[in-house]
Amino acid sequence: MLTIATLKKGQRATILEFSVDVVPLKLLEMGCLPGNEVELVQIAPFQDPLYLNINGSHLAIRKETAEKIEVKLI
Amino acid sequence: MAKQINVALIGNPNTGKTSVFNRLTGLNQQVGNYPGITVEKKQGTCKLSRNVKAHVIDLPGTYSLNASSLDENVVIELLLNKNDKDFPDVAVVVADVENLKRNLLLFTQIKDLGIPTILAINMADRMKRKAISLDIEILEEKLETKIALISSRKNEGFDSLKELITNFGKLNNKPCLNASVIAPEYFNRLRKTFPNQDLYKLWLVITQDVNFGKLDRQELKVVASFKTESESNLKRLQQKETIARYQFINKVLKETLIVDAANAKDLRSRLDRVLMHKFWGYIIFFGILLLIFQAIFDWSTYPMDWIDSTFASFSEWTKSAMPAGDFTNLIAEGIIPGLGGIVIFIPQIAFLFLFISILEESGYMSRVVFLMDRVMRRFGLSGKSVVPLISGTACAIPAIMATRNIENWKERLITILVTPFTTCAARLPVYLIIISLVIPEQRVLGIFTLQGLSLLFMYFLGFASAIVSAWLLDRFLKVKSKTFFVVEMPNYKLPLFKNVAITVLEKTKSFVFGAGKIILAISVILWVLASYGPGDFNNAESIVNEQHISETLTDQELDTKIAAFKLEHSYIGILGKGIEPAVAPLGYDWKIGIAIVSSFAAREVFVGTLATIYSVGSEEEETIKNRMAAEVNPILGGPLFNFASGVSLLLFYAFAMQCMSTIAIVKKETNSWKWPIWQFTVMTAIAYIVALGAYQFLK
Repeated sequence: MLTIATLKKGQRATILEFSVDVVPLKLLEMGCLPGNEVELVQIAPFQDPLYLNINGSHLAIRKETAEKIEVKLI
Repeated sequence: MAKQINVALIGNPNTGKTSVFNRLTGLNQQVGNYPGITVEKKQGTCKLSRNVKAHVIDLPGTYSLNASSLDENVVIELLLNKNDKDFPDVAVVVADVENLKRNLLLFTQIKDLGIPTILAINMADRMKRKAISLDIEILEEKLETKIALISSRKNEGFDSLKELITNFGKLNNKPCLNASVIAPEYFNRLRKTFPNQDLYKLWLVITQDVNFGKLDRQELKVVASFKTESESNLKRLQQKETIARYQFINKVLKETLIVDAANAKDLRSRLDRVLMHKFWGYIIFFGILLLIFQAIFDWSTYPMDWIDSTFASFSEWTKSAMPAGDFTNLIAEGIIPGLGGIVIFIPQIAFLFLFISILEESGYMSRVVFLMDRVMRRFGLSGKSVVPLISGTACAIPAIMATRNIENWKERLITILVTPFTTCAARLPVYLIIISLVIPEQRVLGIFTLQGLSLLFMYFLGFASAIVSAWLLDRFLKVKSKTFFVVEMPNYKLPLFKNVAITVLEKTKSFVFGAGKIILAISVILWVLASYGPGDFNNAESIVNEQHISETLTDQELDTKIAAFKLEHSYIGILGKGIEPAVAPLGYDWKIGIAIVSSFAAREVFVGTLATIYSVGSEEEETIKNRMAAEVNPILGGPLFNFASGVSLLLFYAFAMQCMSTIAIVKKETNSWKWPIWQFTVMTAIAYIVALGAYQFLK
C-alpha cells in the first residue's frame, strides 16, 4: 500500500479517500483532503516527522498519521 | 457618551493577527487570562472616529471552529454566547494572502454564525513579489462581505479597515454554506426539534466538547440527546462539512485568485534546506540555545547587579531618612528588598522573551518542533519544551513562563513540573562552596579536576532528573488532552520590532504584577521570621555583651556575634532548630537547617545565612569556606561538612523545590495552587529520600 509515509523526499502524489476514524479532522481542515496533491518536502532525522506541502499548505505530521493516508503517485 | 463597537479579531495562526491587533490598539491593550484557564486574553481599544471607539479582542489563533485545545475552546465559547459582554458586534477575520484558501475555511464558519464579518487580507504587500492577483470586487460579491487589503508590516490599509468596522451595520449576515446540505435527514430532524434555532449553531453545540456555561440548561439537555448519534458518524458529518466548505471556497477562488506558480520556490526552501538539515539544523539550533543561555546566564548579570546595588542603597537611604523603629525596618529591610527580589528577575525574563518572540515571529520555532519532536515525544514533552528546559539552567522563572508557547496542555504541564529540576544559576554558589569543601582537589586524566567533574555531574543530574520525571509523569498523569501532531510550517518572516517589544513588555508586566505579589508577600514573611523572635532574641545585645565581657572585641566583631545570636533565637532560628531531628539523619545540624529554611527566599541565600550564623562578618567566599571547614559535628565529632554530608547537601539542593518565586510562577501559569503544592511536596520528598540514602550509605 502506498501512503504518504512511503513517499520519497521530493515525490508528489494525489491523496486518495481515507477513513475519518483514523485521520484527525484538523488535518482535513488544514487542507489534507482526498484529491489534493501532496509533496514530501523533507523527512526529519530518525525518519519522523514528515514535512509536507499539500496544495500550498506546509505542514508537518507524524509518521503514524502519514501511514494512514493512502496516495497515488503522479 | 462615545459609542463603542465590540470587535473580535479571528484568524488562523501565522496570519499576523497579533500584528494587526498591535497596529489597531498600539499600547492601549491589556493582557490577562480568561477566567479559570491560562489562555491569554488580549483586549484593547482603538479610536475609529470622534465619537466611536472599538473594543478589540484578539482571540487565540485557530484553524476552524472545531476546537481541539483550550485556546480554541475560548473562541467558540465567546462566539456562541450572545450574553457575553465581549460578544462581538462585528468579527474581523484576518487572512494571509498566501494561504487564502485555508484561511477562508474559518471565515465561512464565522460568517455562518450570523455575525457580521469583515475579511482582512493581510500581507498584501507581498502580493506583487509572489505574483498573486486578486479580484477583490468579485470576491466581496461571492463571499457577501467587505474586504480590507492590509499590510501590518507596511502599516497600509488600516484606515479602510477602520472604516469598514465603523459601518459594520451595512454588512449582510447571509451564511456561505447552508448547513443542512451536509446531511439533509439529520438536519431536518434538528430543525423539527428546534424550530427557532440557527442550525449551524446547534451543530456546533452538538459536536464541540466545550463548556457552554451560559446556555439554557433545558436546551442543553435536548441537545445532548442529539449527541447519541455515534461519534464516528458525527466525525463523518464534520468531514463532509469541511469538504463542502472547501468546495465552496475553491469555486470562489477559481474566479478571483491567480497565482503564478513559477515564483513559488523561494526563500522558504533555501532556508529550510539549511535550518532543517539533519546535521547543520541541529548545530544551528544548539548555537541559538547557547546564545539564549549566554544572554540569561551572563549578560543579564550586569543589569541584575545594578538592580541589586540600587535596591540595597535605596534600603540604606530609607533607613537613614526615616525615624528608627519597626515600621522603618519593615520598609527598609522587608519590603524594599522584597521588591528588589521581584525586579531582579526582569533582565532574564526580558532577554528570554526577546529571543523567544523573535524565534516565534520569524517562523523558526516550528522548525525546532520539527527537529526535536521525535526525541522529546518519548518523554511526553513537546519539541518546544527544549527552550524552557535549557533556559531553566539559568533560572526557572522565565523558563516556566516560556512554556506558554506549548499548545498541548499535558506537554505544557509536564514541562512546567520538571523544569525546576534543571540546575538554575541560584544553585551554583551552593554547589561551588560545598564541592570545594568536600571534593578533593585532584586532577583526573591530566586535564580535568575532580571538582570540575563534580559540578558537571550536578548539571547532568539536573537534566537527567527532569527528563526521567517527564517520562514518569507522561505515564502516570491523567490529563484530558487530545494529542495529535499537526504543525504548520509558516513562511519565514522578518520579525516586527513592535511585536517583539510588546511581547517583552507584556511578559515582564505579567510577571511583576502576577507572580510578584506572592513573592513580595513570602519575602516579607521570611524577613519577619528572621528579624523577630521571642524571649532571648529581644535581649540579644546585653546577653552577647555579657558573654564576651572578658574579651576585647572590636565593635564590628561584637556586631557579627550579636547578629548570629539574633538569627539563632529568631523565629526562623527556632524553626531551624525544630527541624533538626528531621535533618540530622541527612547529616545536617540546626545551623544548616536554618540555612535550608531561609533558602526558600532564593537558594543562594544558603551561603549568606551560614555566614551570618557562623558570625563570619564577611561576604568573602574564602573566609566563609574556611569557617565551614572548621565546623564540627556536634554528635559524631569530626568535620560537619565531610564527604557524606556534603554529597547529601548537594543532592538535597539538586532535587528540592526551595524557591518561592518558582512556586509563585507555577501558581500563575497553572492557575491553581494544586500543581505548585504537589510539585513542592514531591520534589522535597525526593530530595529528602535521596539525601538520606546518600548520607546513610556514605557515612
